[in-house]
Amino acid sequence: MKFSLKIFIAFFAMTLFLTSCRTSDDPVTPTVNELDGLNKITEVSNDTHVIELYSASGTTKMGYNNLKIRIKNKSTNQYEKSATISWMPVMHMTSMSHSCPKSSVKKISTDGTLYEGYIVFQMADNASEYWDLKIDYQINGASYTATTGISVPLESKKTVTSFLGSDNSRYIVAYIEPRTPKVSVNDWVVGVWKMEDMMNFPVADGLTVKLDPRMPGMGNHSSPNNLDAKQVQAGGFYFGKLSLTMTGYWKLNLQLTKADGTVLKGEPVTEANPASSLYHEIEF
Amino acid sequence: MFPMIVKHCFLPNFSKMKKTIPLFFLSVFYLNFSAQDIQHDSLKHSNIQEVIVIGTKDISQKQSKPLSSIDEYLEQSANINMLKRGAYAWEPILNNMPTERTLVTIDGMRIFGACTDKMDPVTSYVEVSNLSRAEISSGQSGSSHGSTIGGSIDLVREKSTFGDEKFRFGLNSGFESVNLQKIFGSSVSYRNTKFYTDLNFMNRDAENYKAGNGEEIRFSQYRKFNISGISGVKIGKNKLLEASVIYDKANDVGYPALPMDVSLAEALITSLKFQYLPKNKFISDWETKIYFNTITHRMDDTKRPSVPIHMDMPGWSKTAGYFSKLQTTLNQHHFNLNLSGFYNQSVAEMTMYPTNPTENLMFMYTWPDVRTFNQGIFLEDHFQLDDFSEFRFSASLSYHSNKVQSDFGLNSLQIFYPEMMAQNNRILKSLSANYSRNQFGFEYGIGVGYGDRAPSVSEGYGFYLFNSAENYDYIGNPNLKNESSLEANAYLSLKKTNFFGKISSSYFHISNYIVGKVNPNFAPMTIGAKGVKLYSALDYATIFNISLDAEIKVLPELKWTSQVVYSRGKDFENVNLPFISPISYLSKILFEKNKFNAEFSVNGNLKNSSYASVYGEKPVSDYVLLNASLGYKFDFGHSKIFTKLGVENLLDRNYTTYADWNRIPRPGRNFFVNINYNF
Repeated sequence: MKFSLKIFIAFFAMTLFLTSCRTSDDPVTPTVNELDGLNKITEVSNDTHVIELYSASGTTKMGYNNLKIRIKNKSTNQYEKSATISWMPVMHMTSMSHSCPKSSVKKISTDGTLYEGYIVFQMADNASEYWDLKIDYQINGASYTATTGISVPLESKKTVTSFLGSDNSRYIVAYIEPRTPKVSVNDWVVGVWKMEDMMNFPVADGLTVKLDPRMPGMGNHSSPNNLDAKQVQAGGFYFGKLSLTMTGYWKLNLQLTKADGTVLKGEPVTEANPASSLYHEIEF
Repeated sequence: MFPMIVKHCFLPNFSKMKKTIPLFFLSVFYLNFSAQDIQHDSLKHSNIQEVIVIGTKDISQKQSKPLSSIDEYLEQSANINMLKRGAYAWEPILNNMPTERTLVTIDGMRIFGACTDKMDPVTSYVEVSNLSRAEISSGQSGSSHGSTIGGSIDLVREKSTFGDEKFRFGLNSGFESVNLQKIFGSSVSYRNTKFYTDLNFMNRDAENYKAGNGEEIRFSQYRKFNISGISGVKIGKNKLLEASVIYDKANDVGYPALPMDVSLAEALITSLKFQYLPKNKFISDWETKIYFNTITHRMDDTKRPSVPIHMDMPGWSKTAGYFSKLQTTLNQHHFNLNLSGFYNQSVAEMTMYPTNPTENLMFMYTWPDVRTFNQGIFLEDHFQLDDFSEFRFSASLSYHSNKVQSDFGLNSLQIFYPEMMAQNNRILKSLSANYSRNQFGFEYGIGVGYGDRAPSVSEGYGFYLFNSAENYDYIGNPNLKNESSLEANAYLSLKKTNFFGKISSSYFHISNYIVGKVNPNFAPMTIGAKGVKLYSALDYATIFNISLDAEIKVLPELKWTSQVVYSRGKDFENVNLPFISPISYLSKILFEKNKFNAEFSVNGNLKNSSYASVYGEKPVSDYVLLNASLGYKFDFGHSKIFTKLGVENLLDRNYTTYADWNRIPRPGRNFFVNINYNF
């Protein structure tokens, strides 16, 4: 009897000890660093300013890029807080030039120094063809400009597609979220843009991006409870649900359809047709 | 229920033991199980319906193949069938219910297999050398160590008892022709009045077996190694401290019925027991045990010649627990109180290797680190109404909780159940009452019971578990209700000098019966699977079992025993349940004279006409097998040698049964020899 009591007391004491150990985490002091989680891609100078370009990864890549800008006044060494910025990415091909889908550039917070927008590079650069980014900005009525080269290397996974839809318009569909996919139901975000001309790619509104994720490496199985992506508001991205049942390489087979069901691009996956011609790829 | 028939029970051994055990320790155990000697004084016999004597220390002459696996021992019970996925680690099916619905314990300890495909039932981690017997209780009679629907099997450790100083040494060796199985084991035991210790070791090494007509069953090989020790010390008047360790390791185990094999199945089972046997009448036995066991199970398909995708599926299960059992006697009442609790962690993973080596590995949790906590209390009152009749009442209550510890795993399951919470708590209950009367060799008993159980880890939290017999991927369901059973049982027996006959039956009405239901909205993950089944509950299902046993002493040396078992299982829409045995029969003649014994037996199943096509079952034809064995005991004074020679499936029939996964044929003609040397 003595023995068992001792054991139980020992266990109880151990439990108390272990539980009390857990509560000793240090409280995290909140920091307000605008650049948290950002890395500098490049910077470019003109006579008056240094313009810094940031992204989470510190690089630009094919597909959707969320970019941050800040402008340093060379004379005051202060960051400009009241600039109005516009930008124009241009692909200089051997025979012609064109732009790509992009947002306007907006200030993130009134007190901050960072400006934000996105650019969707639909093709990679190569030895003879390159991207540059022209940044125009006004501060207190004065206009300035700067242009920087942008590196867009070829990606092994397809996250952006440019194609001619069945309505004879050119579209661009880009994968945006999840950036870090999980074995879970992921919030899935894609963007759809229509090519008006070589320089204008406005958001395409009122369409549906149908989703069928598959694992070609494992019998091309799918996953349950996915949700096709739709816009919440005109001019915005498309939101859906992406279920991933395991890690690995997934092919997201897509179909772009109009509200009336007309398919602009893509085919359903069947036994005979293992993949859609419109797809994105992820691997994690 | 009460004494019933103690089949396969090696009684001479027990009575012999009784003589050598000092009085104080001749407490519950050995009295309990010599029930045949005792007529109506069978109270302490409690709820155990059947005892199968196992063990290599004292080899039973009644056992036709003493060095058979535990599975083969258990299979002799009328209540137990064995579901076979290969030659190794069969799954015990008690009252036609698989391991989710039953309770298998080792000396009362809870252990959970670490394989999502049930390739490692608890029984696979022990050896005949570890055990002295298996106690089988049907239905709620088996609820003293935890909640159950179908009943319980408690595997009782082999060990010495305090006594005059004695040293024993034994060697066991065997060979079986059908799979070239080589068995070797040894045991050492020492005891004195204050101390005992037993050490034993067993090794089995088997190649592929051959089915009838010489067909080789590929991937049916196995290697197994088991070592165990148990030691007790008297730490005061009537007080005992006992430590026990079992280490079991199986390698290169083939599962011909499954698409994968097992490279490692390893278990470490430890316990520390304190027992107090006061002389005062009120408390007769107080036993407290703490235990810990850990299991590692590695399933892979590296040895299979052509697989669509190579995968590894390791699993781990760790359990820590305790129980404290108290027996008291108050007038005609014998009370049993058991306070018990355990904490289990079950994790299993699947990693698939893509054909394209540059691609990332495909990984998922098939058991998402599920933590099960259970705390229960069990109370039994067993009392004598008069000289001939007795009544038993038991009740238990337990708190049961499951928690998914891994966020990765929880997120995975939330793909199917977005509202699912990490933790789920339940209260489990059990009630049973039995009455029996025994007069002039004529005995009958009736009983009723109610009990429920929580879903197993696979049923609640499994993630894409492939069932190769049905060809479906299974997904667990965290929203399942408790499965609950209302049961009734009855038996009638007659015992005369040269005749014993018994008819016994049980009926289970199981509500929220958990099965897999096809969900056509979901596509399978496994290559070639037909679809996805989600675990869900049928309104109810019923299972009925009836068995007939007879034993006739034709001559003093010649005994003829026969057994017929009929079972029927169907759901509320009269659809057949899977893995319900067709009519099975066994008849054997046992001749025993002096040091010689011989046995001849016939056993078989009728055609399985009530098969469950919904669950992928196909009809199975009938079969009949002939078996024979001869035994002789050489007595050299202090040392003894037992030899057994025998043949199973004498006619080399190529056959399969309803309980063979994917209908792989069972072994053909098998000659065996077992030799046991005891010093």
